[in-house]
Amino acid sequence: MTSTGPQLSVTVQRGGPGGPGRKQQFDVPAYANQTVLDVVSWIQQNADPTLTYRFACRVGMCGSCAMMVNGVPRWTCRTHVSKVLQDGAIEVGPLRNLPVIKDLAVDMDPFFDKWVSAEAVHHPTARRDDPIVTIDPDAPARVTASAGIECINCAVCYAACDTVANNPDYLGPAALQRAWTLYNDAKDGAQDAILDAVSGKGGCHSCHSMGSCTAYCPNELDPLSAIAGLKRATTRRFFGKGKA
Amino acid sequence: MKAIPRAHPLWLAYILHRLSGLGLALFLPAHFYVLSMALNDAARLDAFLRLTEYPLVKLAEFGLVFLLAVHFFGGLRLLAFEWLPWSAPQKTWAAASLAGAFLISTTFLLRAI
Repeated sequence: MTSTGPQLSVTVQRGGPGGPGRKQQFDVPAYANQTVLDVVSWIQQNADPTLTYRFACRVGMCGSCAMMVNGVPRWTCRTHVSKVLQDGAIEVGPLRNLPVIKDLAVDMDPFFDKWVSAEAVHHPTARRDDPIVTIDPDAPARVTASAGIECINCAVCYAACDTVANNPDYLGPAALQRAWTLYNDAKDGAQDAILDAVSGKGGCHSCHSMGSCTAYCPNELDPLSAIAGLKRATTRRFFGKGKA
Repeated sequence: MKAIPRAHPLWLAYILHRLSGLGLALFLPAHFYVLSMALNDAARLDAFLRLTEYPLVKLAEFGLVFLLAVHFFGGLRLLAFEWLPWSAPQKTWAAASLAGAFLISTTFLLRAI
């Protein structure tokens, strides 16, 4: 399909699990309001139906459309082309630090496996027949927990993190932030199990505080500070001070 | 020059901390070797120390003090961030540590020349 209006030059990283394949260039019609996901969808619908990518909600809630855009991990459905365009061109690739399935779709299994490894799962303290415990939303621990609960599991932080890139065992910012959230949750009953899980090899102490997670989180969360919280909590426990 | 993707102030602070640490680690063996001359051969040490009169060596000393200052302040920043429950913007601390490093190294340079 051809268009006579203004065009964008879009380079897309193609290829499968065997490693990065070729880069393919497409000319895509430019519109006034256009997201990177719109551009990728246009290519798939009009230029090359074999292009593989992943999305669902298109409104920044589901966390499935993250890709590398000009070398930076972004949620593509909420990233306007005008914000990332460099000399009329953009380059789109699959998320960094995760195995590629095909083209722009990555295998998220290692990312979510690490959530489980970090004990970033709810440990119940009550049964369904127990009365509902009242939680004060302004309690300091609850405020700390609430700061991290809007994570949409998009793996942008995981792709941004150079520690993940250099240490395959590192649990990563999202899993550690979730662990920190649950550690501060009055309804979670396994604080010690969480600290055990995050203080081992590849745990919170592997973090070098370079802050790419916080810098690129599309929901403006702060995994960097959450990981620092885990470092303090594990150290306090090591010296026998318990939970502060 | 093409900008480095994913470069941001804290990432640059991390790189600076790593590189300055590496530079200091490479310098230390030479430092101890020269210091050991004070015990074994004082005349040789004095001869070696006369090298510090050369402008190029003065400039190298400036670089060394810069590395030390930048690593020291960067380390303080990290310790403060990781062990004190502060929520102040990290960029401010990175910038402040850099500014302090420049202040100390520049003062040293001005005194030396």
